[in-house]
Amino acid sequence: MHKKTLREHHQSLKAKDYSSVELTTYFLDRIKNSEDLNAFITVTEDRALMQADQADRTIGSGKMDLLTGIPLAHKDLFCTKDVLTTCGSRILDNFISPYDATAVNKLDAKGMVTLGKTNMDEFAMGSSNETSHFGIVRNPWDKGRVPGGSSGGSAAAVAARLAPVASATDTGGSIRQPAAFCGLTGIKPSYGRVSRYGMIAFASSLDQGGVLGTTAEDCALVLEAMTGFDENDSTSLNLEVPDYGASLRKPLTGRKIGLPKEFFGEGIDGDISASIEEAIRVYERLGATTVEVDLPNSEVGIPCYYVLAPAEASSNLSRFDGVRYGHRAALYEDLNDMYETSRAEGFGAEVKRRIMIGAYVLSSGYYDAYYIKAQKLRRMISNDFSAAFEKCDFILGPTTPATAFGIGEKDDDPVSMYLNDIFTNSANLAGLPAMSLPSGFDSNGLPVGLHLIGKYLDESTILNAAHLYQQQTDWHQRIPGGYE
Amino acid sequence: MQWEIVIGLEVHVQLQTKSKIFSGASTSYGASPNTQACDVSIALPGVLPVMNREAAFLAVKFGLGIDAEINQRSIFARKNYFYPDLPKGYQISQFELPVVGKGKLEIKTSKGCKTIGITRAHLEEDAGKSLHEDFHGMTGIDLNRAGTPLLEIVSEPDMRSAEEAVAYLKQLHMLVRYLGISDGNMQEGSFRCDANVSVRPAGQKELGTRAELKNINSFRFVERAIGIEVERQIEVIEDGGDVVQETRLYDSDLDETRSMRSKEEAHDYRYFPDPDLPTMVLDDSFIESVRASLPELPHLRQTRFVSEFSLNDSDAEKLVHDRDAADYFEAVCNSSAADTKIVANWMNGELNSALNTAGLSIKDSPVNSDRFAELLDRITDNTISGKIAKEVFSLLWDSNKSVDEIIEEKGLKQITDSSAIESIVDQVLAENYDQVAQYKDGNQKVFGFFVGQVMKLSQGKANPKQVNELLRNKLD
Repeated sequence: MHKKTLREHHQSLKAKDYSSVELTTYFLDRIKNSEDLNAFITVTEDRALMQADQADRTIGSGKMDLLTGIPLAHKDLFCTKDVLTTCGSRILDNFISPYDATAVNKLDAKGMVTLGKTNMDEFAMGSSNETSHFGIVRNPWDKGRVPGGSSGGSAAAVAARLAPVASATDTGGSIRQPAAFCGLTGIKPSYGRVSRYGMIAFASSLDQGGVLGTTAEDCALVLEAMTGFDENDSTSLNLEVPDYGASLRKPLTGRKIGLPKEFFGEGIDGDISASIEEAIRVYERLGATTVEVDLPNSEVGIPCYYVLAPAEASSNLSRFDGVRYGHRAALYEDLNDMYETSRAEGFGAEVKRRIMIGAYVLSSGYYDAYYIKAQKLRRMISNDFSAAFEKCDFILGPTTPATAFGIGEKDDDPVSMYLNDIFTNSANLAGLPAMSLPSGFDSNGLPVGLHLIGKYLDESTILNAAHLYQQQTDWHQRIPGGYE
Repeated sequence: MQWEIVIGLEVHVQLQTKSKIFSGASTSYGASPNTQACDVSIALPGVLPVMNREAAFLAVKFGLGIDAEINQRSIFARKNYFYPDLPKGYQISQFELPVVGKGKLEIKTSKGCKTIGITRAHLEEDAGKSLHEDFHGMTGIDLNRAGTPLLEIVSEPDMRSAEEAVAYLKQLHMLVRYLGISDGNMQEGSFRCDANVSVRPAGQKELGTRAELKNINSFRFVERAIGIEVERQIEVIEDGGDVVQETRLYDSDLDETRSMRSKEEAHDYRYFPDPDLPTMVLDDSFIESVRASLPELPHLRQTRFVSEFSLNDSDAEKLVHDRDAADYFEAVCNSSAADTKIVANWMNGELNSALNTAGLSIKDSPVNSDRFAELLDRITDNTISGKIAKEVFSLLWDSNKSVDEIIEEKGLKQITDSSAIESIVDQVLAENYDQVAQYKDGNQKVFGFFVGQVMKLSQGKANPKQVNELLRNKLD
């Protein structure tokens, strides 16, 4: 059952080969048997079985939707009503959300079943899932290695087939990098497609909800259900929801693929380069042509990102003050001490580092030199993409310069950790849709991720390209040993 | 040495919207704590602000009311600081591009008229309240007010005396109430003022170092606080010291200002554009719809009252000051045949003193403009005298009856039938033979005695003019 795509599950549920309760129980059992991965912070068994039962009744009444009765996991950054919602942090280790995120609501409304809340880097700040207050997550391909981050729990869960699909979020690569590390397909849509209401904010102008799954088609179906205008989010786009599923099979003949030379330079693992070259040949066989494009400001993407994201985060995380909800220190002298002690106890080291960087770049006297300058660079990066897309339909490259690294390997070197985002975060800075899909394995048997970046609002083209690639290859069907 | 005082004011006006500036929670005053604190007011994780269109409408209305530039693109920014009644740890405000740009306000003092520049007015959200009583040494937080829309109106440092500052505040207070953008209730905190005060030697161009005075929430306190602060600053300088830039709190009990925090201790608010709120874009049609909703502004209304209702300047000014009073006056004038001067006199006299005694505003007057007009009409058409009218007014105040019903019931109708008056006159003359003789001997003063007697016998109802005429005819 765990090897099926969402469409196959739909057919089986419709044909009553099995019920949603059976399917849900099956995945709950797999979750129980894989606790060593630590992919989940909370398993919502009761809620899942209740939703599955409800879904079975809907199916019985003949009114089912394509996704009705299919289980999924939510990253623990999406607020879920009456369920613990931690964002991977001690400061929210007692926070039961009184409301549902809009994205959760939309998937609930389709009849999907929530298996639980997945582990993540604290407040989505990390590329390895090692900053979570709830412990590291192990990569199902090699348990000594990280699954990537920040959506590490969602990625490990889907890679080990503990859930058919999972929600995730991407601020600088948090969907795509774990997808690459775990051999999955993941998409971050254009900024504004998925409502951020109920998504606990890290960097508001960069955060975007999306999906981790095993196939491009699965991602397309779930993304479509999550997408849409929300009057509670002023940055949500008031546009019709595209029919992502419908455009998956369009031939690629005549399409132009942009290859930024900046994405094929030094510092990329040889196995990854070889895998991407091979993927390009697959696309050429599918009728696409390639063209070299320039993204001259790529090299400032990381510094630009690591000014803007911490700046916004330092302000977004101010609400976690121990006054109204969340962790409050047991002992304190006065008001300031209560703030300081509660936050000192509640936040981990990486979160504190970014709050300090953020407060610094916004402080008077440094604002122009850092924040304003970074905003200018952001515009330049965005303009680079616009110019590149004059010449091509989508951009292709590696998702990460290296495959999954060992647990603890980058503990003492935050900058080397930040460099994991080198190819991914420019899509966030420019608000563009982007995805990662498996394109092979390195010599250690670790998955390699192929990165596709689309034009603004054009998720359809990259989903289409990913789907056709997956018709030619079977990398996405590989399952880590022990989870087949 | 001669010192010049320089004052600039920052006024926070609570805008009269039904819901909060960035959420749907109610803004009504006085609800029990935290019953109007929605998910956004509490700043739950994951919630987002959505701009209230009505708040933008009211802000633009103010801008048009002071003839200001309206910024069709304005930006919300975050002002970051920690305080328990500030749930997000930042206040959403406007920093670099406020919705209202430069404007002006005309004031009048004992020295004449003066124009005060307004630098800007920007939208922001109010904080909640910290409650220090009744919690056994702990602090309670009430977030009902958190997110209430405020318009912060910043003046140029154009005022040169406490009197001018108070005149500016009163003019501004009248304007926001006229525009209907705020109830202006100072007790409930709907109209709050901070003052930037400095002194400099007369003739010097550069401004002196300023102190910002907080907590001056009545017109009287503004005047006191500025007066005391000016004295303090002059004393510091004359003693050879320097005024330091700081925030000072006015204590009305001790009647003094004292330091709250110095410039060094001032917050670094780390302003930056709020990424949750796009640039606020107001198109031409929105601004035109605001313009169409503008009421007649006080100074224009005053001019019109002078020409249309033949009032003198001072009566017109008094009436126009309160929009409700001016509306009342116009309603009475439009439905009554009474002379407008009489309407003004009666409003400033009987009505005003009755309202003051009862502690009511004109809006809540038991005698509404219709009944008031009816009363004045009965004077004009000689049904009752002015004196009787005062009696009718107090009866009207306490009942729901109409003017005519009261006159009828109490038999207060004036006697205008000449033959009826004549028979009373004859009776008075017949019964006061001695006085008639005195009058005939040339004692003119006795005439008043006859009038008094006739009025007494008629229980005040005889038409005084006719009484006079008849007496003259009979005696002369």
